[in-house]
Amino acid sequence: MVSSFPLTLHPLRLTVFKMISGYLVTILITILIYAMLAHSLNIITGHAGQISLGHAAFFGIGAYTSAMLYTEAGFPFWISVPLAAVVAGTVGALLGIPCLRVRDDFLAITTMGINFVVEAIFLYIPFFGGAMGIGGINLPKWFGREMSKPEYFFLILVVFILLLLIDRQLGRSWVGLAWASIREDEQAAGPMGVDIVRFKVLAFILGSAIAGLAGGFYAHFLTFIMPQNFGFGQSIVILCMVVFGGIGTRWGPIVGAVILGIFPEISRPIMEYRILIYGVILLGMMRFQPGGLLGPDSILSKTFRRAVDRPSCLG
Amino acid sequence: MALLDVRSLSKEFDGLRALDGVTFTAGEGEILGIIGPNGAGKTTLFNMISGIYLPSGGEISFRGKSILRLKPHQISRLGIGRTFQIVRPFQNLDVETNVLVAYGHRFYPSLWKSTGPFRQPEILKEVQGLIEKSGLRPYTKQIAKNLPLGFKKRLEIARALALNPRLLLLDEPSAGLRFEESTQLMELIRQVRDQGIGVLLIEHNMHVVMDLCKRIVVLDHGSKIAEGSPEEIRSNALVIQAYLGKET
Repeated sequence: MVSSFPLTLHPLRLTVFKMISGYLVTILITILIYAMLAHSLNIITGHAGQISLGHAAFFGIGAYTSAMLYTEAGFPFWISVPLAAVVAGTVGALLGIPCLRVRDDFLAITTMGINFVVEAIFLYIPFFGGAMGIGGINLPKWFGREMSKPEYFFLILVVFILLLLIDRQLGRSWVGLAWASIREDEQAAGPMGVDIVRFKVLAFILGSAIAGLAGGFYAHFLTFIMPQNFGFGQSIVILCMVVFGGIGTRWGPIVGAVILGIFPEISRPIMEYRILIYGVILLGMMRFQPGGLLGPDSILSKTFRRAVDRPSCLG
Repeated sequence: MALLDVRSLSKEFDGLRALDGVTFTAGEGEILGIIGPNGAGKTTLFNMISGIYLPSGGEISFRGKSILRLKPHQISRLGIGRTFQIVRPFQNLDVETNVLVAYGHRFYPSLWKSTGPFRQPEILKEVQGLIEKSGLRPYTKQIAKNLPLGFKKRLEIARALALNPRLLLLDEPSAGLRFEESTQLMELIRQVRDQGIGVLLIEHNMHVVMDLCKRIVVLDHGSKIAEGSPEEIRSNALVIQAYLGKET
């Protein structure tokens, strides 16, 4: 009797189980997409030190590109999503050029403006579906059937892991070094042989392309996109994840995306006051832990280092 | 052919003449002193040679080629290294990484080469050599912002040397240093010169200038008022007037 239990799952239980797992996978995919976004912003803002308050624009450009290519031009997912990255990266390069002329607070305002313009284009140009957005986007097909959500999750995970490996390689390369020098002191980097324009544009291209890729994944997962998904608020959410986890660190933005992504799922009231809570967190972090959770001087890193050092003190 | 040839160089900032028709040359293995009261245009001159400012007029050529319209990174790749009057190491990077940034000048022009790893044994060895020469060996893994001023200045020189330069522009290297620190720095500058590298030295400490330089250019209010050996400069009436004012 006892042994038969796992085999004969009660139908009601099975539905509940399916609902929970469906919900779980939805949250996992959402968090993964946020992690990818936070990672992509970290390339521009963390590695190369160029503040961006409009990162959701490239997320949106990617989402709209793959959605339009899929629904209007009939391209399959496997082509529309890579093209979303290419288009977002190209636009990132073009918009990066005016951004080269400005720095710090002016750059923040310029990127914010870019976000508003891009959102307005999606909203007011009928070609992009206006306020109604674009629907009828589906999960990708493989082996002659539609991918299940857990399979989709693993697809995104594999792509993300590849991107993180590339990030690690770049961090150990001259590119990473050039970015660090620009972040530290742009005017001193030039006379040290660093081509500021080239490496800044490279950061804009990579960061925008990865955000565009995340947008493509997002559109095919949500099956329906609206301009509001890619507004200024979304940019702040992404920035918040990066800052919370640790700007410029490899794992910080991912940890930030996971924590701040799970957060609103815990309870509805939190969901409703999400932006407010994120704002408070951002202020708190700036005041007490400007380097983020995994930043070099954070309480967490110090505790960890102390824990690692202790045995050597005893020995 | 002179290493550096500056001809009637001028720079105007919104109608203010910071530099007015300055002409001089600098050779290999020579330390050329550039002195003058505050606001004479010395740092402006450096900023034009290193490509940070575009001159309003005149010509700068380096090893016979004009560098007038080149960007800072292009000029540095040709072999002109510099330090800054107010030190600007990459504050949050350690000493080794600071030097590595400049060492990378030979990889940055190719995007493909730029993606290669920088921690390679031969490269680290060469960088370690530069750090050692600059007397920073015990501080290799120290974050630049934690170094005392004297070592930050050495770090700037080590970083500039990683460019494999033929000309080094040093902007007040001894300013703010204690006597011993500045003596050690002078020794380092001499070693650099003995390697055949040309040095342009902006300096307020007359003791340092007179000791290191065989030839000195004096600027005042953007114009060159004198050029010559330390002895000639010391007894030049215009120079004395610029520094001490006119007798009334």
